[in-house]
Amino acid sequence: MRNVWLIWRKEMRSYFVSPIAYILLLMCALIFGFFFWSLLQAYLQFSMEAQMRGEMFPMNMPEEITRRLFGNIPVTGLFIIPLITMRLFAEEKRTGTIELLTTSPIRDGEVILGKWLAATTMYCCLLFLSAINVAFLFFYSHPDWKPILVSYLGLLLQGAALLAIGTFISTLTKNQIIAGAATFGACLLIFVCGWVGEYNSETWARVLAYLSVSTHMESFTRGTLDSKDAIYYVTLIVVGLFLTARSMESLRWRS
Amino acid sequence: MITVKELTKRYARNTAVDHISFEIQKGQIVGFLGPNGAGKTTTMRMLTCFLPPTAGSAIVAGFDVLEEPMEVKKRIGYLPETPPLYPEMMTGEYLSFVGSLKGLRGAELKQRIDYVSERCAVADVRKKQLGKLSKGYRQRVGLAQAIIHNPDVLILDEPTSGLDPKQINETRDLIKSLAGDHTIILSTHILSEVEQICQQVIIISKGKLVATDTVDNLQGRSRGAELVLVEVAGRNGALDPAAVQARLGKVSGVNRIVLKAKQPAHSTFEVETQKDHFVRGDLARAIVEAGWDLNELRSAAVSLEEIFLELTGTQEAGPKDEVVVRGAGE
Ligand SMILES: Nc1ncnc2c1ncn2[C@@H]1O[C@H](COP(=O)(O)OP(=O)(O)OP(=O)(O)O)[C@@H](O)[C@H]1O
Ligand SMILES: [Mg+2]
Repeated sequence: MRNVWLIWRKEMRSYFVSPIAYILLLMCALIFGFFFWSLLQAYLQFSMEAQMRGEMFPMNMPEEITRRLFGNIPVTGLFIIPLITMRLFAEEKRTGTIELLTTSPIRDGEVILGKWLAATTMYCCLLFLSAINVAFLFFYSHPDWKPILVSYLGLLLQGAALLAIGTFISTLTKNQIIAGAATFGACLLIFVCGWVGEYNSETWARVLAYLSVSTHMESFTRGTLDSKDAIYYVTLIVVGLFLTARSMESLRWRS
Repeated sequence: MITVKELTKRYARNTAVDHISFEIQKGQIVGFLGPNGAGKTTTMRMLTCFLPPTAGSAIVAGFDVLEEPMEVKKRIGYLPETPPLYPEMMTGEYLSFVGSLKGLRGAELKQRIDYVSERCAVADVRKKQLGKLSKGYRQRVGLAQAIIHNPDVLILDEPTSGLDPKQINETRDLIKSLAGDHTIILSTHILSEVEQICQQVIIISKGKLVATDTVDNLQGRSRGAELVLVEVAGRNGALDPAAVQARLGKVSGVNRIVLKAKQPAHSTFEVETQKDHFVRGDLARAIVEAGWDLNELRSAAVSLEEIFLELTGTQEAGPKDEVVVRGAGE
């Protein structure tokens, strides 16, 4: 466990020593801020018009805003996750520091866990930026905080699952750019493949829809914690990390 | 301390290491020699559990590299060909990270960091980013990380490459001073380094073991001979090397004469004599009596370099453009 902590600390440092962490933080602050602001504007205008017509505003505004905001975060995540994971192993392979890690008395699993946890922590920092926006809603109204919390849990699980896949892809190459591009492709694919389920109900389409990360998000955004969906994400994490371990092993047999 | 049996590594297309066996006793410094691509790095990678062998076995510090890699890893220090540095870390921070990886902590870790940064002369760059260090300093930090946990076995892949002459000497002294408690394998292209610091040499070429012996034995074993360098000058400003060779060939005890350097007025010859025949006096007399001047006459130890070239077959024993004359002998 101490070794996991050691690797985690090293990875966190390298995120925050290089500009990458700050670029990501700035990017997310701007994007989430923009989403939030434009949603807020739209609903303010809508409710004003409704009032002028003398109608009651029919919607629960804060809930509507958070629901839409949380719908946008996974899409932003698709672009950000490759940037977080691409260097994890590719960079170690390129500079040869992997040789230090694999000849030190530390298990592959500890290295992988430390790196993936660091990536997940980084992702949490970014989620936190969106939470600042959401916190504003609490100044003006009293939204129910339980569904918000459940939504964040869902976002975290989905992010962690995609990060595990990104970690795996990073072990396959020495080149960060290739790792990043491949991760983006893989995440996008696993994200959009669920869309076939919307207009097709054959078995293969249903299977694809089940495998997609996007279809498991709904229950979380509705604020209901469905254990089936949580299990799906956890399984995806385990599979991703398992593949990473196998790849790290075979890396030695091959090269 | 290290027992290697029939160790083999096959890559997709070629065999990098081909059935190598050797044994290294505790406390020895062993030089690992071979031309580029001989398989030195590959062998070291197998000893450090970085690469699994295709066949054969290696026992390092009492543990098999395939069966108990964790125990092996605890007991080795490894400096890879390119020092494994994280460019964004500072030297002190890096040493602390590696030390913790190797299981050091607390006061002991601190004390070891101080000790190795002093020994490897990196104390003055402790607050500098590794990515901004010069090549020599990187090498030193690499060496410092290899010895930080005071390992039983040290495996150093070209430890002195990229260092300045002063630092090379200091590093050699450091390595020598580590022997005794530590068993050290180092690979190098610098043959004088092996002569200076190693007790044993392992020479490999194209993945095959060509020689393993002590440095003394190897030097002695080479042709069982002594080498004498002779520089001869002609009196009238011209000299026929062939005539000199013919004359010197008649001296008893001479095995062969190689023309080393040829100039119009004087030439240098390398005379190989049989062991225990002290022919230097005879050589000098022969030259003077033939009417030439003797500019220089000195004994040259058979260098490891020649043994190396001979054994690895990189070059024919006698360079092509030089005349070899068989002496009368006995
Ligand atoms: N990852 C690899 N895949 C395929 N072949 C490899 C690989 N690494 C090394 N080789 C081959 O194995 C052989 C031995 O290489 P190695 O790096 O062990 O040589 P070396 O003795 O360390 O050479 P040098 O003195 O240049 O460092 C070479 O022919 C090399 O091409
Ligand atoms: Mg090498």
